[in-house]
Amino acid sequence: MATLTPEVLDTEEPGSHEATGGLWSWITTVDHKRIGLMYGGTAMFFFLLGGIEALFIRLQLAVPDGTVLTSDQYNQLFTMHGTTMVFLVIMPLAAAFGNYLLPLMIGARDVAFPRMNAMSYWVFLFGGIFLSSSFFLGGFPDGGWFGYAPLSTQSEVIRMDFWAIGLLILGIASLAGAVNFTTTIFTMRAPGMSMFKMPVFVWMQLVVAFLLLFSLPVITVALFEVLFDRNFGTLFFDPAAGGDPILYQHLFWLFGHPEVYILILPSMGIISEVLPVFSRKPLFGYQFVVFAGAAIALLGFGVWSHHMFTSGLGPVAESAFSLTTMFIAVPTGIKIFNWIGTTWGGKISLKTPMLFSLGFIAMFTIGGLSGVTHAVVPADTQQTDTYYVVAHFHYVLFGGAMFGIFAGIYYWWPKISGRYLSETLGKWHFWLMLLGFNLTFAPQHWLGLQGMARRTAVYPPDIGLDTLNMVSTIGAFTIAVSMLPFLYAMFVNSRKGLAAPADAWDGRTLEWSISSPPPHHNFHEVPHVEAIDDFWHQKYGEDEEGRAVRIKTFPEPSRYTDEYIHLPSPSYYPIMLAAGLVLMAYGFVFAPLGIPLFVIGALVLFGGAFGWAQEDPDHPMGDHADHHADAHEGTETGDEAQAGADASGDVSSDDVSSEDVKTGEVEVAADESGGDDV
Amino acid sequence: MSSETAVHGPIGTDGADIRKTAMWAFLGSECLFFGSFIATFLLYSDETNGGPGTELFDIPFTSVSSFVLLMSSLTMVLAHNAYEREDKRQMRIWLVATALLGTVFLGGQVFEFTTFYAEGLRMDISPFGSAFFVLTGFHGAHVAIGVIMLTSMVIMSRRGNLHSHRGMNVELVGLYWHFVDIVWIVIFTVVYLLQV
Repeated sequence: MATLTPEVLDTEEPGSHEATGGLWSWITTVDHKRIGLMYGGTAMFFFLLGGIEALFIRLQLAVPDGTVLTSDQYNQLFTMHGTTMVFLVIMPLAAAFGNYLLPLMIGARDVAFPRMNAMSYWVFLFGGIFLSSSFFLGGFPDGGWFGYAPLSTQSEVIRMDFWAIGLLILGIASLAGAVNFTTTIFTMRAPGMSMFKMPVFVWMQLVVAFLLLFSLPVITVALFEVLFDRNFGTLFFDPAAGGDPILYQHLFWLFGHPEVYILILPSMGIISEVLPVFSRKPLFGYQFVVFAGAAIALLGFGVWSHHMFTSGLGPVAESAFSLTTMFIAVPTGIKIFNWIGTTWGGKISLKTPMLFSLGFIAMFTIGGLSGVTHAVVPADTQQTDTYYVVAHFHYVLFGGAMFGIFAGIYYWWPKISGRYLSETLGKWHFWLMLLGFNLTFAPQHWLGLQGMARRTAVYPPDIGLDTLNMVSTIGAFTIAVSMLPFLYAMFVNSRKGLAAPADAWDGRTLEWSISSPPPHHNFHEVPHVEAIDDFWHQKYGEDEEGRAVRIKTFPEPSRYTDEYIHLPSPSYYPIMLAAGLVLMAYGFVFAPLGIPLFVIGALVLFGGAFGWAQEDPDHPMGDHADHHADAHEGTETGDEAQAGADASGDVSSDDVSSEDVKTGEVEVAADESGGDDV
Repeated sequence: MSSETAVHGPIGTDGADIRKTAMWAFLGSECLFFGSFIATFLLYSDETNGGPGTELFDIPFTSVSSFVLLMSSLTMVLAHNAYEREDKRQMRIWLVATALLGTVFLGGQVFEFTTFYAEGLRMDISPFGSAFFVLTGFHGAHVAIGVIMLTSMVIMSRRGNLHSHRGMNVELVGLYWHFVDIVWIVIFTVVYLLQV
C-alpha cells in the first residue's frame, strides 16, 4: 500500500536484493524481487528432486521385470514425482516469475500486500518440506498424484495424510498469492497503463490468478473430505455406506483441469514476451492472444470430465465434455498461430531464450494435438491410464511449461543478475534437453497405444515393449545430462558472464527501462505509460516504409537515487505464521502423540497472526532509524525493537491488517483440520 | 497514525480500494468452497445408510436462528452506516449487536448438533450425516471467525486505534459478514427447506 505513495519518507539502502546481505534480511524480506528469487531457487531445488524421482522410475522400467524398485517404492516415487513437479515446481516457478516481474512490468514498487506475499512463500516452502519429509516418516504418499478415493482414504498408513495436508497447506500459499496478484494487477498499474496496454505476461498471470481463485477451493473441499474420511470416520467416499467415489473424481478434476492451464498459461505469457523481442516485431494479434488466454480459462472449467470418460458418465455427459474438449483447442490454436505470426518475417535472433520459446511452440503443439485425441471418447477409452496419456501431458507440461520457464530464465537472468548467461552453455542445454525430451516421451505414445499401463512397476518381456522403454530411459538420462550445462551456467559461470546493460535485449516492456539488477524500489519515478510496449515506442519510431528507426537512446540508468523512497518494512511475522501452520500439520499427522506439537504450532500461528495485526507495515519510526543507519543491520534491530515493543506493550499502533483476512482463513483451515483431534 | 477520520483506504490507480479488491477476490473463491460442499450434500441428501435423515430437521427452530443471522446483516449495515458518519459510539453499539446475534446463531447450531447427535445422526453414520455436519460446520466456523473480527473491531475502536487507511476496517468485515449470511440463506434453502 505504501508503495503507492512515493513521498519522501525514507528508503532502505539504495541497493538491490544482493546489496543488503545477511540471512535475517532474507527471512524478513517483503521485497517482491527477493521473494521471487526465493520462490525460483526453492522450486528449482524441488525440480532436481522430482527429476531424480523420475530417473528412478525410468531405471525401473528400462528393462522388463525391473528389479531396481519394489512396487511399494515405485508407487511412492511416481506419486511424489507428479505431486512434486505440479505443486512444488511448475506452480511456484510461475509464482517466482510473477513475483519478480509483475510489479516491474506494470510500473509498481511492490505487490499490493507485501507481507502476505512473504507469507505465501514461507507457507509454500514449509509445505514442500512437510510433504517431502514424509520420506523419512514412513514413506512418500503412494496413492497417485490425484489421490483417487477410496484408495487414498482406505490405507491405514499416514502417507496420504501427508499428501492431503501438504496440498492443503500449499493451497493456502497459492490462494494468498492469487488474491495478491489479482489485486496488484487491478489496482497498481502505472498511470496510463489500461488493461489492454499491459504486457501479455501480466495478462496471463491475471488469468492464472483467477483460475487459482476458483479452482483451489474445489480441491480444498475434496482434500478435506479425504482427510475427514481418513481421520474422523466420515463416509464421503465409502461405497459400502452409499458414498460415491465418482464425487471425488469430479471434485478433483474440476480443480485438476483448470490446474493444467494454471501450469501452462504463465509459460505462454513468457514466450509472448520473448518472441517479439527476438523477432524485433510486436506480438501478432495482441488482443487475440489475450482473449484466447481468457477463453482457455473459461472453457477450462467446462472440460474436466474428459479425465473420467471411463468412469461411466453416460452418453450425454460424454458427448458434452467431448465437444467442450474439442472447443478448447480453438483458443489454443489461435495462440499458436499468433506466435508463428509474430516470428513471420521478423529479424529473428536465435539466442537461447528464443530457442526455448520456439521449442515450446513445437513441443506444445505436439502435446496439444495428442490432447485433442482425448476428446474422442472411444479413442480416449483405449488411451486412459496408458503411457499415451503420460506422453501427452509431458509434452504439454515439460515440452510446454518447462521449456517456457527456461526461456524466461535465460531471458530475464540479465535483468536479475546484471550478467548474461553463457550462450554456448545455453545452447548445449537447449539441444540436449530437446533431444532427451523427445527420446523420453515420443516412444511413450507408441508404448501407450500398445497397451502399456501407467503406474505399473513391471512389464513382462517379449510383448514388444522392451526397445522403446530402453530408448525412453536413455532419453531421461539425456535430460539429466542437459541440466549440467544449465547448472554450471547458473552457479559457476554466471559470475564471469558478460555484463548486461539495463536494456539487455533491446526489450519492449518496462522492466528493461530500469537498471540491471533493478533498484530496490524498482522505479525512481513511477513511469507514465501511453501504449502497448511503451518502452519500445520511446526508443523507436517508424520511417515511411514502416520500419523501426531508433529515435532515442537512453543513458544507462542508475540503481541509486538521491530521493528517499518509502518502502514497506521487513517483517518476521509471515515466516512465524507459516512455521506455526506446518508445526500444526506435523502434530495432526502424528496425533495423538503429536497433540502437544499441534498446540505449540497453534500458539506460534496465533502469535504470528497477533504480531502481524499489531505491526505497522510502514513503521515510520523504524524507517526513520533506518534512514540514519548506515548498515542494514541497524534497520533490522530497530524494527525488531519496535515490533517487540508493540507486541508486548500496550496496543499502541495496531490494526488488524488487511492481510489478516487470510490469516483468519489460515486459522480456520488449521483449526478445522485439527479441532476434533485435540 | 491515530487518525480515524478518512473513511476510505489506499486507492489504487483504478480508483479502487485495494483491500476491497482483495476481499472480493477472496469471497469469490469462497463461493466455490461452499458450492462444492453444497454439491456434496445434494448428492448425499438421500444416502442415510439406514440412519436418520432429513426428518430430524426442526424447520421452525432453524427458521428462527436463520432469522437471527439475517437480522445481524441489518445491524451490520447500521454499524457501517455509523462508521461512514464517523459516529463511533453508534458504530460500536451495532457491532456488538451484530456479534451477539452471530453468537446466538452459533448457540443455535450447537444446540441443533447436540440434538441430532442424541437422536442418532452422526457424521460417521452415513454420507448424509458426513455432508450435513461438515457443510454446516464449516459455515459455523466462518461465522465464528466473523464474530472474532467484529469483537476485535469494537476493542480497537474503544482504544482509538481502528484505522481506516490500513488493515481491516468495518467495511471489509461487513463485506465478509454479509457474504457469510448470504451463504447461510443458500444453505438454509437447499439443505433444510428443499429437503423436507
